[in-house]
Amino acid sequence: MFWQLLANGLVTGSVYAIAAIGVSLLYGLLRLVNFAHGDLMALGAFLSYLANAAFGWPMAAAALAGMAATAALAVVCDALLWRPLRRRRAGFMSLFLASIGLALVLRQAILLLWGPQPRSYDVDPFKVYALGDVRLSLAQTATIVVASAAIAAIAVFLARSATGRVMRAMADDRALAQLSGIDVNRVILLTWVLAGLTAGLAGTLAALVQGSFDPNFGFQLLLPVFAAVVLGGIGSAYGALAGGLALGLATELSTWEGFAGGVEPAYKPVVAFTVLIGGLLLRPQGLFGRARVV
Amino acid sequence: MSVLSSAEFWAFVGVMAGIYTLFTLGLQIQFGLAGLLNFGQVAFMAVGAYTMAILVVKQGWSMWLAAPLGIAAAALAGLLVGLPALRLRGDYFAIVTIAFSEIVRWVATNEDRLTGGSQGTINLRGEGVAAQYNGQWERFQGWLGEQLGIGSKDVVMLLLVWSVALLLLWVAGRLARTPWGRVLRAIREDEDAAASVGKPVFRYRLQALSLGAAAAGLAGLFYAWQFGFFSPDDFQPLITFFGWMILILGGVGRVWAVPVGAVVFGFLFAATRFFDFPPFSYLDSADRAYVRLLLIGLLIIALVLLRPQGILGRRQEMVLE
Repeated sequence: MFWQLLANGLVTGSVYAIAAIGVSLLYGLLRLVNFAHGDLMALGAFLSYLANAAFGWPMAAAALAGMAATAALAVVCDALLWRPLRRRRAGFMSLFLASIGLALVLRQAILLLWGPQPRSYDVDPFKVYALGDVRLSLAQTATIVVASAAIAAIAVFLARSATGRVMRAMADDRALAQLSGIDVNRVILLTWVLAGLTAGLAGTLAALVQGSFDPNFGFQLLLPVFAAVVLGGIGSAYGALAGGLALGLATELSTWEGFAGGVEPAYKPVVAFTVLIGGLLLRPQGLFGRARVV
Repeated sequence: MSVLSSAEFWAFVGVMAGIYTLFTLGLQIQFGLAGLLNFGQVAFMAVGAYTMAILVVKQGWSMWLAAPLGIAAAALAGLLVGLPALRLRGDYFAIVTIAFSEIVRWVATNEDRLTGGSQGTINLRGEGVAAQYNGQWERFQGWLGEQLGIGSKDVVMLLLVWSVALLLLWVAGRLARTPWGRVLRAIREDEDAAASVGKPVFRYRLQALSLGAAAAGLAGLFYAWQFGFFSPDDFQPLITFFGWMILILGGVGRVWAVPVGAVVFGFLFAATRFFDFPPFSYLDSADRAYVRLLLIGLLIIALVLLRPQGILGRRQEMVLE
């Protein structure tokens, strides 16, 4: 049972982690708490659905198409909304409110295009892989494989590539990065591409694991993703990865009987937030954040 | 167009605007005065409403005792959240408050025996027995209507909610000009400067949070009375964001901007209901509801782009220095 829960936790956690990187980088670079991120993930899931169910593409190709389309949309939103706001030197509250507006627009657009009924991808739901006592569905196995590859790729990209380093530098201290001659607008554009790709991937994987998903599922994902970002330390990309995994594992493992009888499964989301609040009380700056120096 | 000319409908719109005024007044105290990013305001509304309903139905309390206790419970919840969370930086505090509001909603959904569960207050006595907490309030409303010679319950409600709202707006406006209010604004502008002249920053913030939570609790009571029934679904995070929208629409930092924002928002929300001309008439009613919210989303974006300070606000509140 423990190993099964551990595997489930890894599946959930890696989805959170992938989504959390985008949210964290966007906050670091733009001071934007992106409330539209959950709906961007949902849109990614539905665009993959379009390619998979309507055009009959295989799931992998459909997911790639969904990711690309989500990234394109993120870039369009930057050009139409975020860049004009930056030019007006919009403050934290303005950006936050605009992202709520965008979240509403995206979700209602999904509802208009696909309707409120739950959907599922055209994959075999009965194929199960067994590894000892642990039984994983095809969707879960694919998610673990894809997600670990993606997390490794993102981590290497952020650590090694010039663009990745610049992104982290800017998230760390934007003014300083700007002073050292970094093309800020180009980095922001690339960050939106990365955020769009990861949101599309996380949305598609989450939808795949859930089996069936409706247009509101993005918002339900958003809060644990935010919690992961905060737990890891806002603005820290590695923190977001670690926070996502920690949160996913804590949520699933909390139902294990060996853990003081286990928590009612209905309370799993509460566990996530309790972990967040407890974590912040121990480390107010998040796992990877820097303590404030006065 | 019969609905448009009905006094009942407009009274309903006005009542909702009044409830949102109380709700957002709390945010104005917390953010406009103290600079606290509370994204979980809806939780305090839920605590107020549930406390009142549970005390009336399960404990058989008089509503007149249960209602102030609902407000007190909301204020207490504000203290309990603030004690740990106010030690965090602003943006972290924001996420913790939204987490708290989701915890409240999950507990209300899953603790059937306490709250009636996902079916709402109708199940407060368990399934199969329709529980009611509203009898005393309805009698009071009827009695007041008779005394004033007003036949419509909605109009009586409109008068009640706005009398309370206007009174509290006046009090909050006075409060902002007391030494207490000035210290809060000083903390908001420069925490370290306020601390260096010996002001207990943490305690002031805790008071502002708790006071704002009490206002949300009161909004929860009126919400409960207006509908006579509620369920955890009524306390979605979206409600908090509607409050923030009203706050920014009206203008941050000015108490009297809150009712202006609430009325404009209430009418916009109601007006989009009447899009029954082409091209909207080609859509079915479900799709029209989506278009409505989509337009509200676009409107928020346009507002932020074109007039970030809101109707009555000051521009420097909303842009970076």
